[in-house]
Amino acid sequence: MYKVYEIKKRVFEDNDREADKMRGELRANRTFLMNLMSSPGSGKTTTLKRTIEALKDEMRIGVMEADIDSAVDADAISETGVKVIQLHTGGMCHLDADMTRQGLEEMGTEDIDLAILENVGNLVCPAEFDTGAVKNVMILSVPEGDDKPLKYPLMFQVSHCLLINKTDALSCFDFDFRACEERVHRLNPEMKIIPISAKTGEGMEEWYDWLREQVREWNSGK
Amino acid sequence: MHELGIIVHITKTLQSVAEENHLTEIASVTLEVGEVSAIVPDYLTDCWQYYRKKIPLIEHAEMNIEVMPAITFCQSCEKTYPTVDYGRQCPHCGSWETWLVTGDECNIREIEAQ
Ligand SMILES: Nc1nc2c(ncn2[C@@H]2O[C@H](COP(=O)(O)OP(=O)(O)OP(=O)(O)O)[C@@H](O)[C@H]2O)c(=O)[nH]1
Ligand SMILES: [Mg+2]
Ligand SMILES: [Zn+2]
Repeated sequence: MYKVYEIKKRVFEDNDREADKMRGELRANRTFLMNLMSSPGSGKTTTLKRTIEALKDEMRIGVMEADIDSAVDADAISETGVKVIQLHTGGMCHLDADMTRQGLEEMGTEDIDLAILENVGNLVCPAEFDTGAVKNVMILSVPEGDDKPLKYPLMFQVSHCLLINKTDALSCFDFDFRACEERVHRLNPEMKIIPISAKTGEGMEEWYDWLREQVREWNSGK
Repeated sequence: MHELGIIVHITKTLQSVAEENHLTEIASVTLEVGEVSAIVPDYLTDCWQYYRKKIPLIEHAEMNIEVMPAITFCQSCEKTYPTVDYGRQCPHCGSWETWLVTGDECNIREIEAQ
């Protein structure tokens, strides 16, 4: 005989708990985990490469790449000489806390100050699954348009820093910074917004400063 | 696929519930899915049909989805309104000081099992 069992549980509950547990462990380990998200092609890998080159002499960096089915990005990052591993998402559109934990274990966090996760290119799914990262950073690139906050609100709500990339291409697109900023801050008043060009390097110093400060604060254990 | 990831998580939860309650067969699963949860019920059922075949515990389980309406509360005039029709701006007073009361949930409500 079948019986009815009341469950009353959020689907993301187990994942959220796992993610919190991981943040605790990262803190104890003095490792800062940053989760980088964007649409496909917004410039995650290009931005990372430049960021790593700029910071690798002052902190120990490790990168986890989550392409669905290739190792192209991992190869590009490994040119910088930092530790990089390829995560296996099994065809999934996002990473959850379990998969991130497996990646961190494979990479090892003992000798890493800044661990970076390049999430799967997608603005919907990664936003729903907490990876256990200390901070979420997202990239929106100029060609994608200033209306993205209206279409993908959750991603903008869960992120701490927004990089508006490809500012070198501004003249070709009618991207309205003021409108975009207003939309973003309406969803998330705390969001740090930094316009950059990962190609020319414009604006990158401000971004490095923000990241440095986050890593320093977290790893100081205060 | 986004919905497949959700199904995998649901299945994990069901497996631990089954273990706790010594259940071997689940006949149905009822979910509550909010109107603005970014989950498409049809995709979710499609993924379920595909995924359940791999797991004996849920092999024959039907998935029922109850769609929960999205309602937003306005801080300025203290009225509520349907989110899907008006978004974040209050249709009563024009304020943006609003927050979602219900409608973004994705819950497992109950199962039938033995
Ligand atoms: N003009 C311009 N092009 C850029 C900039 N940043 C990246 N690109 C180009 O945009 C394309 C995609 O960049 P990637 O860094 O591979 O983007 P991604 O987000 O890692 O892409 P996926 O991993 O496939 O989702 C490449 O051709 C880059 O050269 C920029 O600031 N300006
Ligand atoms: Mg990439
Ligand atoms: Zn109002």
